[in-house]
Amino acid sequence: MNRQTKEIIIKYIFLLFALVSVIVLGLIVFSLFREGLPLFTEVSVKDFLFGMEWYPTYDPPSFGIFPLIVGSLIVTLLATFIAVPLGVMAAIYISEIAPQAIKETLKSVIELLAGLPSVVLGFFGMVIVAPWMQETFDLPTGLNIVNASVILAIMAIPTISSISEDALYAVPREFKDASYALGATKFETIVKVILPAAMSGISTAVMLGMARAIGETMVVLMVAGGAAAIPESLFDSVRPMPASIAAEMGETPYRSSHYSALFAIGIVLFCLTLAFNLIADYVSHKFRQIGSGTL
Amino acid sequence: MKWRYLKQHIFFGMVRASALIITLALGGIVFYIVYNGIGAISWEFITKQPTHSMTKGGIMPAILGTIYLTIGAIAIGLPLGIASAIYLTEYAKQGRIVRLIKVGINCLAGVPSVVFGLFGLGFFVIFLKFGSSILSGSLTLGFLILPTIIGASEEALKAVPQTFREASLSLGVSKWQTTYRIVLPNALPGILTGSILGVGRAAGETAPIMFTAAAYFTAKLPGSIFDEVMALPYHIYVLATAGTNIEATRPIQFGTVLVLVAVVLGIDLIAIIIRGYMRRNKRW
Repeated sequence: MNRQTKEIIIKYIFLLFALVSVIVLGLIVFSLFREGLPLFTEVSVKDFLFGMEWYPTYDPPSFGIFPLIVGSLIVTLLATFIAVPLGVMAAIYISEIAPQAIKETLKSVIELLAGLPSVVLGFFGMVIVAPWMQETFDLPTGLNIVNASVILAIMAIPTISSISEDALYAVPREFKDASYALGATKFETIVKVILPAAMSGISTAVMLGMARAIGETMVVLMVAGGAAAIPESLFDSVRPMPASIAAEMGETPYRSSHYSALFAIGIVLFCLTLAFNLIADYVSHKFRQIGSGTL
Repeated sequence: MKWRYLKQHIFFGMVRASALIITLALGGIVFYIVYNGIGAISWEFITKQPTHSMTKGGIMPAILGTIYLTIGAIAIGLPLGIASAIYLTEYAKQGRIVRLIKVGINCLAGVPSVVFGLFGLGFFVIFLKFGSSILSGSLTLGFLILPTIIGASEEALKAVPQTFREASLSLGVSKWQTTYRIVLPNALPGILTGSILGVGRAAGETAPIMFTAAAYFTAKLPGSIFDEVMALPYHIYVLATAGTNIEATRPIQFGTVLVLVAVVLGIDLIAIIIRGYMRRNKRW
């Protein structure tokens, strides 16, 4: 075999390896649909998505996941409201203000925070935050929306902060110099020049942070309380979608309609996070800052 | 003081406060866990089997199980990840296929861990009939950390100066040999430190192994890759939520959490320190 042929073969072998990610993504879709679709011979898609009652073990069972979707969305939104200001401001501090030594330390802190296993954060929320919250605010339970959102926010902060930081870092120097040259203060430069220029990157960061929060399982499983009903206050329990899958999969008979329903929830969850990721990908490509506009 | 400067002071105060809150969150969590968990840690705790229906004894099988699953995940994720990154940085030309692969990697990185668990259950456990086993769990975790490893490897490969490749190619060395002998050895330290962060993630994940590998209790240590195992994260979850006597096992729960945090953050910290050292002593 001559050298050229060998090189071409090697190239295609590597291509095959690189395609594994795409293949796995395909297999995920295949497995979810193979196990989840049988449900829809019994329940219509509309009743599944918008049904108000999730009683999978009753006779007859009822598979409406609307309360679970609401649960997921509400903890995700609240977590985003907490995590975005903290994460973005920490990114501003790291990229624009902090002295070198603090900057390095803070970056390590955020990386370690990202490394904390979700079950550890869930345990912390359940064993330490929940009893404290219950006593301090005199609530029926400490396992509720607020507690779960705060813990989820801690998980989303590293994602939001590190991607925002990259975006802020990528803003061309000339922008800042021009702003200072016009007599702007550092604050004015950050708010009126740097942040707008980095906005697409920061939006990407927020989308990815939300995707992380909506798909996170252990925290909502252990901390959100597990009530499959539409909440009336922020101190009510909810049962977000990932919690339902994780809690019930162990107890359900193989290939029962309950089993299929849990896979069908997996399909919904997969589609939601895929949408968040594709929007993030689109935003970061479409609104990318190109060039620095110098003369 | 002028209003403009006052605004700046307030803003900087808020920015510093956010940094402080994040640091305190990490510090607080780690402090509480160490404070409550340190009492449970002893040589027996790490080396003995659990006894008295989990209220006494150690967590050795869970530690061992987590080590097996993590090694399995590395064995699958690392070669695939490095090979993917070599294709993307060394061979690929910009085009449809590369765009497809990159979108695929991004989407895979965004798949929730519980969906990975469902995939592992539906595909490895049921479709390929591997059962709930070390093999199924390792495969699931391996694909979960694949995007992290690809990202780290790509970055490390891109950091190798183009002149290294040109010098090698100009001596008549083939592309593959250049990649294998020149580019890869120079990129390897970066690839490994970047990948370690993914390894930490594999060790700490719970949802993907819940339905694919983990058991609440196994009477024997696993004998083959087709056996179920106990694992630290799952052990914590079960003891804290579904044990027969949750209050009585509380010290063991804190002890297990401390061991898991020490393992995962220890792995991450080593990677961060090595990386910092490498950045300061870069030769090119």
